[in-house]
Amino acid sequence: MSTAILDSQHGVSQAHDHDHDHDSGDMTVFGFWLYLMTDCILFASVFATYAVLVNHTAGGPSGKDIFELPYVLVETALLLVSSCTYGMAMLAAHKADKGKTIAWLFLTFLCGLGFIGMEINEFHHLIMEGFGPNRSAFLSSFFTLVGMHGLHVTAGLVWMVVMMAQVYSRGLTPQNTTRLSCLSLFWHFLDIVWICVFTVVYLMGVAQ
Amino acid sequence: MSHAHAQSHAGESHGSVRSYAIGFILSVILTAIPFAMVMSGHFSRNVALTSMVVLGVVQILVHLVCFLHMNTSSEGRWNLLAFLFTVLIIVMLVGLAIWIMVNADQLMMPWM
Repeated sequence: MSTAILDSQHGVSQAHDHDHDHDSGDMTVFGFWLYLMTDCILFASVFATYAVLVNHTAGGPSGKDIFELPYVLVETALLLVSSCTYGMAMLAAHKADKGKTIAWLFLTFLCGLGFIGMEINEFHHLIMEGFGPNRSAFLSSFFTLVGMHGLHVTAGLVWMVVMMAQVYSRGLTPQNTTRLSCLSLFWHFLDIVWICVFTVVYLMGVAQ
Repeated sequence: MSHAHAQSHAGESHGSVRSYAIGFILSVILTAIPFAMVMSGHFSRNVALTSMVVLGVVQILVHLVCFLHMNTSSEGRWNLLAFLFTVLIIVMLVGLAIWIMVNADQLMMPWM
């Protein structure tokens, strides 16, 4: 439904004047920003849950026993590099360079895929060792928090594939640039959430 | 899309190579320090915890300014206001939840 409204707005504005089209694009990006703010609150709730349950290990392992910081450092690096490559994609998009935009998007996609692969591998290891989410309240909240971030990144990757296809087939139209701006906010936002994750979950878990 | 139009984007200004480079270098430093502190194990728990929280907050600010291009210009004001309101909600949500639940834990399970 929302896309139908957007498309009708674009249709009307294109019929009149190009500037109106930019206004509606800006409103779309601002609306997406408001969605991200509500997503922040969702993450904050899960962080609060984690903070409350972190010491309830029920005789199972604590964070210190299961977290491997060098592994997390590589994950962090992948996400940080992907944030920068997405920035380069946006700069290329604003210069109307279609080929470079897709190339940078693809690089961002690869970094994100690497991150998700490493996270799934970590989860797989933990579950194989018997430290799955059913082991203790601490592990339940750990899998919920890190898994929710992972699901967001996965959604971002799907979105990125769609955008690469759209930019490839239709070029950098105003609509596509608006969509790329929204995905840019989403992707940088996920990197910010990851800063909180590695600080609160991994570093604090090991330092305790 | 002409350059003049690109400049008029209000929902999200789009920065420059320089802003991304500065953001990247600062983020690398601000990530490396807390990881090094914890992995070396040379620091007491309180020093490590305090500095990792401070460095984490600083890195979030760096990301907001360099990657999300947040600023106090009139175009970006509503983004900033929405963000500040969200920070207020988050501080209350997380702070009060932890305060209440830690107290409840201590009252009901004093041995923990």
